[in-house]
Amino acid sequence: MSETTPRKRAHRPPALLIALGLIGLSVFVIPLVGLLARVPWGNLPELASSPVVIDALRLSVVTSLTATAISAVLGVPLAWVLARTDFPGRSILRALITLPLVLPPVVGGAALLFALGRRGLIGEPLNAATGLVLPFSTWGVVIATTFVAMPFLVITVEGALRNLDPRFEGAASTLGAGRWTVMRRVTLPLIAPSLLAGLVLTWARAFGEFGATITFAGNLQGRTQTLPLAVFVSLESNRDVAVAISLVMVAVSLAVLIALRDRWWRAL
Amino acid sequence: MTKLRLVTFMTLLALVGAGCAGSGDENVDGEVLVSAAASLTEAFGAIEIAFEDANPGVDVLLNLASSSSLREQILEGAPVDVFASANTSNMDRVSEAGAVAGEARVFAGNTLQIAVPAGNPAGVTGLADFANEGLLIGLCAEDVPCGDFGRQALDKAGVTPSIDSNEPDVRALLTKIEAGELDAGIVYVTDVISTEGGVEGVEIPENQNVVAEYPIAILVEAPNAEAAAAFVSFVMSDTGQAIMGEYGFIAP
Repeated sequence: MSETTPRKRAHRPPALLIALGLIGLSVFVIPLVGLLARVPWGNLPELASSPVVIDALRLSVVTSLTATAISAVLGVPLAWVLARTDFPGRSILRALITLPLVLPPVVGGAALLFALGRRGLIGEPLNAATGLVLPFSTWGVVIATTFVAMPFLVITVEGALRNLDPRFEGAASTLGAGRWTVMRRVTLPLIAPSLLAGLVLTWARAFGEFGATITFAGNLQGRTQTLPLAVFVSLESNRDVAVAISLVMVAVSLAVLIALRDRWWRAL
Repeated sequence: MTKLRLVTFMTLLALVGAGCAGSGDENVDGEVLVSAAASLTEAFGAIEIAFEDANPGVDVLLNLASSSSLREQILEGAPVDVFASANTSNMDRVSEAGAVAGEARVFAGNTLQIAVPAGNPAGVTGLADFANEGLLIGLCAEDVPCGDFGRQALDKAGVTPSIDSNEPDVRALLTKIEAGELDAGIVYVTDVISTEGGVEGVEIPENQNVVAEYPIAILVEAPNAEAAAAFVSFVMSDTGQAIMGEYGFIAP
């Protein structure tokens, strides 16, 4: 007993750290409490099932999942190239990929408009050739959210690939496995927790995307008005609806993050 | 921009020189936070410069956003001194909440115009074109003043618009029209002037048009009520009204 007490004490963080930690926690908790305090619980079911909310929820789910899928298909190979090949300027390329994490999303949206808009660098010839107009379309939302969210996947997966012990893959090829087989049977299963973590983060970022979306894709119910846009617009017209949508977003995001907590938590 | 600024500057120089610069004698100081409608961006930018010239101790901080955003900020307790709204309904909401000191006063009027990208590539001639599904049409969101007025004008013209985007404020709408990403939108006459050729204006006939009234008020919880009062009298003064006129606003 006399042996364990001092050790236990040494393991408990100092009171100051606990106090600062609690203040840190309150930074996240207080706004949520503020939101909950404004929830019109009485007519919440009615508000949360209004056409604006249903349309926005459907659009948010579809576009955030599509953006996550695109990020997986394009982001994993990109992460692989970054982690496994050596070429000059690789660190600059990595900085470029991280940029959307730092940039204000509205800048990203404007950049997308200049590149892919009807008068944009690529958008204009694309429009001339195919008649396709990306801004103000649901695909515009997918592109904007992919731009903002994909870096989470690339960064997470790249880190996992670089920390992977190359001997596992080496052993597999020595035993006669082709490169695709090694990738499919050895590499991907080994990085699966990080891949899942990256996918969850990417989805979460895509689900909450606002700035790039409203700048590039505009705001139209049923076509480009995702949940965050619906919150923003209704905050100025019908605050109860805005609070109801916010609550829907908090609930959906928390449900997903909690359901997957053991999988993605560890991998980060 | 520069040309307009120069004209304004000359006007100011003349007026300030003539010694009728609003409330320069009241000896106010400190910061004064003015929440002004997005459509007032340029005009209030010029008013700020002129007011600060006349009152060297005062630093005007402009908080520019849609009137409905500003209203919400004020109702949530933002420490604002002066509120200048692009319509009366947002001011009324603030007033009904007991946040306005005294009475709000109308200090300017504005009319609507159709904004199209330079060169009018889609050949828009009037509000009737807003029903054309082949065009990319933008309006301000319904609860933003320009969105409300725009819908009133479309109503008067008997047009059901085929909308592609409801932009959060008039400047966001204007930016997308200027970039050529939208074919047409309804904005204020002053917005078209402010882009200096970036967008072109297509007239809306008087029987379809709407006159927006801009009210201004000092707020009950104004941290700097004296400077707020001086700012409001400056806007209402001949100097202030001359500046508003430069930017296309009509007198109340």
